[in-house]
Amino acid sequence: MATVTAPAPGRRRRTPLARREARWAYLFLAPWIVGFLVFYAGPMIASLWLSFTEYDVINPPEYTGLDNYRELMSDPAVARSLGNTVYYAALHVPLVMLISLGLALLLKRVGRLQGFFRTVFYLPVMTPAVAVGILFLLLLNTQDGLINRALGLVGIDGPSWTTDPGWVMPGIILMSLWSLGSTVIIYLAALQNVPRDLYEAAAIDGAGAWARFRSVTLPMISGALFFTLIVNTIASLQMFTEVYTMYFGNRETQNTFNSDAATFYVIHLFQEAFQFLHMGFASAMAWLLFVIILIITLIQVKLSNRFVYYEGEDK
Amino acid sequence: MSRTVRVTAFAGVLTLALSGCGGVGGGSDAGGGTATKGALSTMGFGFSDEIASTRVDAFKRDHPDVDLKVTEGSFDEQQFLSAVASGNPPDLVYMDRKLIGTYAKRGSIQPLTDCVKKQGINLEQYRPAARAQVTLDGTVYGIPEFSTVRVVYLNEGLLKKAGMTADQVNLADWAALPGLNAKLATVSGGRLSRIGIDPKIPEFLPMWAKANGVDMLSADGRTAKLDDPKVIEALTTGVNLIQQQGGWGRFKSFRDTFDFFGAQNPLSKSQIVAWPMEEWFLNQAAKNSPDAELVVKPFVDRQGKPLTQSAGQAWVITKGARNPDAACAFVKQMTATDTWMAAAKARADARKSAGQPFTGVYTANAEADKRIFDELYQPTGNKRFDDAVATIRSVQDAAFAMPASPAGAEFDKAYYDAVNRVLAGQAQPAQALQRAQQEATAALDKAAK
Repeated sequence: MATVTAPAPGRRRRTPLARREARWAYLFLAPWIVGFLVFYAGPMIASLWLSFTEYDVINPPEYTGLDNYRELMSDPAVARSLGNTVYYAALHVPLVMLISLGLALLLKRVGRLQGFFRTVFYLPVMTPAVAVGILFLLLLNTQDGLINRALGLVGIDGPSWTTDPGWVMPGIILMSLWSLGSTVIIYLAALQNVPRDLYEAAAIDGAGAWARFRSVTLPMISGALFFTLIVNTIASLQMFTEVYTMYFGNRETQNTFNSDAATFYVIHLFQEAFQFLHMGFASAMAWLLFVIILIITLIQVKLSNRFVYYEGEDK
Repeated sequence: MSRTVRVTAFAGVLTLALSGCGGVGGGSDAGGGTATKGALSTMGFGFSDEIASTRVDAFKRDHPDVDLKVTEGSFDEQQFLSAVASGNPPDLVYMDRKLIGTYAKRGSIQPLTDCVKKQGINLEQYRPAARAQVTLDGTVYGIPEFSTVRVVYLNEGLLKKAGMTADQVNLADWAALPGLNAKLATVSGGRLSRIGIDPKIPEFLPMWAKANGVDMLSADGRTAKLDDPKVIEALTTGVNLIQQQGGWGRFKSFRDTFDFFGAQNPLSKSQIVAWPMEEWFLNQAAKNSPDAELVVKPFVDRQGKPLTQSAGQAWVITKGARNPDAACAFVKQMTATDTWMAAAKARADARKSAGQPFTGVYTANAEADKRIFDELYQPTGNKRFDDAVATIRSVQDAAFAMPASPAGAEFDKAYYDAVNRVLAGQAQPAQALQRAQQEATAALDKAAK
């Protein structure tokens, strides 16, 4: 009987073909690698250095040690903007996931017209963010906005969405739901990949609709859920364009809206950098946001080990 | 730190936070340096109308060897700073005068002392308020263009319906303002359908404060006086007028629906009775609502003396300008009396051919204005508009301006935020302005270092 000895790990010599393939792979990867180094890694390292300096873009930076980070910790405007951003993310992400999942489940049941509705749900994603901001400024107008008019039809006196500090954030969250089409499409794709025989087996075992959803659907699309959780969390912590357009886009809006309620972290960062010329401080803010996103993502990844099912994985 | 590292670092901040950054682009290597030769680039300016294009054409005609490149669009701080950081700034920037103090303090724009001397620019021809806005610590950093002033517009048709005349509207008597406002505004069922008096805060708070006898910022632009009792009184007065009309939410949302630039403007739609506003609305009213029962009066202080706040744009030459001599020649010509005359004539001709009245051009050059109105302006025959023009002209000399400040943007934000907090019901005027005073003082102290 012939015996086959497996090559020791790490000692396997690559064939000329494999080496040639690797060279080609690196060649094809080169544009991305160069782009990453020049446009991401390099600037990130440089901005890390800048975060330890007083820098106004115009004059050379002056090293100030940890001063910017100390100021970050004691600046109430930073805390306020961070609080607004976390508040937004905490409501926006679950809402987007829940509504998108609901819509995807409905879409899956639609027969022939699924393609049409899929396009309809995705179309808002194609709308430029600036246009969305302006559109919602009109829709949320207290006296003449469509939303308050609709509320008025059912006897509800709509709130001052854009001027009452307590309603500014709900208004922004409402606006953010406009473009959940991407998440819907991802969920729909995941739902369509769930093997039909699993549902059949569950049904034979007597599982009802809810049990099938909880025990079959959710585990099978947990990978997609996890992906959208990460992506939407990062995006919501970096919220900028729509809100900037609504509340800070021109002098009129900048002057007459309540910046306490609408200042998101990245908007405050932008103001520090480009309006007040505190680029060193803004760099420190950027790095703080980076660290926060990193920690949140790591926690989510850690938790995903318990809740996310990947096919072919031993669990 | 080398320029390359700084540029890279600058890009890093954006990369971390979000993407997207504009650049001025199109850097010229033509250099130049002689008075009227070589490439010349501008930022923040555009050919929006005949006033702009006529003056640029005049410069091109008189300086055929200058290759002028106008990057059209409003001034954008991000675009400007990107250009500065990349070592490729435009020669000239057209910016709001209130920004000049900040950029001058940081050294990104040049003192114009040599330029003024070399080109023989007569600074005395510019209005004092405009001059003050482009001067920091006694050094001139910009050449002012237009002079935008604020006057009070009244819809006399609505006043008549309320049993009043325009003469009876007395903004000097602050104690009587609530009564007047209640008479003019229309609020029913919590819905505002006509504004009585719009105090235009926070933007016009400095003018209300000045009317009450106090400057919100010291003449050297370094000391905030936001918690002065007279500022607090001015803010309280303005806020009360808004609260009377259904509160800020209703008031602002109603005002946000106004279109000041079209035939459906709030004057023609009878949506507002008395409001202070910049003088440019007169042009719009003449064009879109020539039959409106409009009366224009000066804003007044509490003693009834005319008062207005002046603002506008200015030309500055950047620190790294490659062709400062041509830039200097350009700013001189763009703001010279003869050039303004040519532009005003083009405007008058355009209005005439469109069958619309010419209501004048209001510049920061007092000499130019005098010539425009003495030699070019013809009364329209519509007494309302002719009186309005006279009023606007008369207040130009009563104008004050917010002084140049090394932390102008932070100062503005501090008091805007304070007013918005009060309007939103988050704070009382005194409390909000005390906080604003602290914020503004901290920013001014930091900028002064």
